[in-house]
Amino acid sequence: MENNEIQTPDCLVENGETYDMVYERPHTLTGTRMHYCPGCGHSTAHKILAEVIEELGIQGDVVGIAPVGCSVFAYDYLNFDMQEAAHGRATAVATGVKRVLPDKYVFTYQGDGDLAAIGTAETIHCVNRGENIMIIFINNGVYGMTSGQMAPTSLAGMKTTTSPYGRDTKTMGHPIKVSELIAPLPGAFYVTRQAVHNAPAVRKTKKAITNGFKYQKLNKGISFIEIISNCPSNWKMTPLQTVEFLDNEMAKYYPLGDIKVPSAEDLK
Amino acid sequence: MEQTEDIRLMKGNEAMAEASIQAGADAYFGYPITPQSEVLEYLAREMPGRGGVVLQAESEVASINMVYGAAGAGARVWTSSSSPGFSLMQEGISYIAAAQLPCLLVNVNRGGPGLGTIQPSQGDYFQAVKGGGHGDYHLIVLAPNSVQEMADFVFLGFELADKYRNPVLMLSDGAIGQMMEKVVFHKKELKRIPKPWATTGKTPDRERSIITSLFIQPEKMEAVNLLLNKKYEEICKNEVRYEEIMTEDAEVLLVAYGLSARISHKTVQLAREKGIKAGLLRPITLYPFPYERLNKLADQVKCMMTLELNAGQMIEDVKLAVNGKVPVGHYGRQGGIIPSPEEVEENFEKFFKSVS
Repeated sequence: MENNEIQTPDCLVENGETYDMVYERPHTLTGTRMHYCPGCGHSTAHKILAEVIEELGIQGDVVGIAPVGCSVFAYDYLNFDMQEAAHGRATAVATGVKRVLPDKYVFTYQGDGDLAAIGTAETIHCVNRGENIMIIFINNGVYGMTSGQMAPTSLAGMKTTTSPYGRDTKTMGHPIKVSELIAPLPGAFYVTRQAVHNAPAVRKTKKAITNGFKYQKLNKGISFIEIISNCPSNWKMTPLQTVEFLDNEMAKYYPLGDIKVPSAEDLK
Repeated sequence: MEQTEDIRLMKGNEAMAEASIQAGADAYFGYPITPQSEVLEYLAREMPGRGGVVLQAESEVASINMVYGAAGAGARVWTSSSSPGFSLMQEGISYIAAAQLPCLLVNVNRGGPGLGTIQPSQGDYFQAVKGGGHGDYHLIVLAPNSVQEMADFVFLGFELADKYRNPVLMLSDGAIGQMMEKVVFHKKELKRIPKPWATTGKTPDRERSIITSLFIQPEKMEAVNLLLNKKYEEICKNEVRYEEIMTEDAEVLLVAYGLSARISHKTVQLAREKGIKAGLLRPITLYPFPYERLNKLADQVKCMMTLELNAGQMIEDVKLAVNGKVPVGHYGRQGGIIPSPEEVEENFEKFFKSVS
């Protein structure tokens, strides 16, 4: 369905009938149909991001950096300036942007391979420098775009195409808790782990992302927002089953909630 | 009389760094590596307070990606490294070329392959000119042969980068980067051009800017490739630069760039003293290469020899240029050893006597 001109903010007139507008897609989404699998957390995360940017009125002041992964086409769905980074390099690209445009809101949006495998050095050093940006880390414990290989964050015992007998921590290491790893760095100002698989989670993630933008004006360092996400295709489950798996397994290993919160002093 | 010129005795690397500030560089991102760490150190001292950002990144991989981000945001930005570090930048360079981002890159060539040596070499010619990163792209490659040129080519590099929305590489080496010579700064101001494609924030008056090198549909990818091809055709047509020394009546020709050209200049003088009608063609742009001029000179001279501090790389481009008209040879030393003009002259004579 085409996005027609909005007639008024409060109602829609169609075929002679008037309807109250109780919700509309944020104008910071382009309206292009998303390619994500049914039940994938990306579409919800994109929408939350777009809503926050619209509500804060910063569409003209934001630059986002897209990763390599399922969300490599994020710039097709998001209606603001974006750059596509090489795999793992988004935090370095974001550093380049923020250093020359310090007054803009800059964020990266990355998956678990991008941020915690190939991009580990860039991630840690960006946080360590305390760049005044937001890092959004979509963690679904598997490589989606390349069809289901093991990720650094895949749970122990998880069967993937490159751990067909289950992740063996003896030879493949343990899943990495990135948020806990980077939180102790002084450059990390705000670190939280959220999800988008039910309404309360969505509200909390929206609050976290709103903070991630607002805190940039304090120039006190990184806002790091890890989002545990569903991947029905590569977890080999129905969307409803992924919700259960997230609550029962993923959230057990990766506890949801704030890991590092700025004090009242810090927020002045 | 008012002094409008700024004359100093400087090291090549530092002259280049000073030139970048005068040329209005907005940012430099780099990582230490011998023989060019002076660039980062000079900028760390000088840039704060004179405008612009200088940041020591955690690696060359991070550096080149910071350059990508800043260039995509419309800034005048550069980085520098040396052979092993420049290899690390190849992924980022391919992305920069594909996304059509302007920037200046510098490789102060040292001996290789591998970790190699810190002494000078010209072994990165292929990497610089034929690609280094994946895919069909080209860098404009400038080869300075003096401290003055290391400074001047910063201005030229930024200018060409902006003109063509393309990365420009200054291919220097461990001798020119380290030597100290007189350099004149001309107090030139390098004008800015509008960059409506940059990610500066989507204001209501325009569409969003997207900086990317991903074009999944073959038709779209081909369109981008054809656009790049056309750009390189323009560059080849307009930007060839070279210098000729004693070529008017030359019967034998040396072809050399950078440090080798300095040695070759003396070699030609020595040859002339012996009554040999030698000349030198010094390519200043290695890409675009002076194919046409060399082809023309092949009608005049009996043979050509390259002097290169490598196993023979530019010789291939000279052979392409002359297209079989005359014999082409190569002389060079590797490992950081720099031959004397006498040694070169002796081997040059040996070569053209062997093909007469």
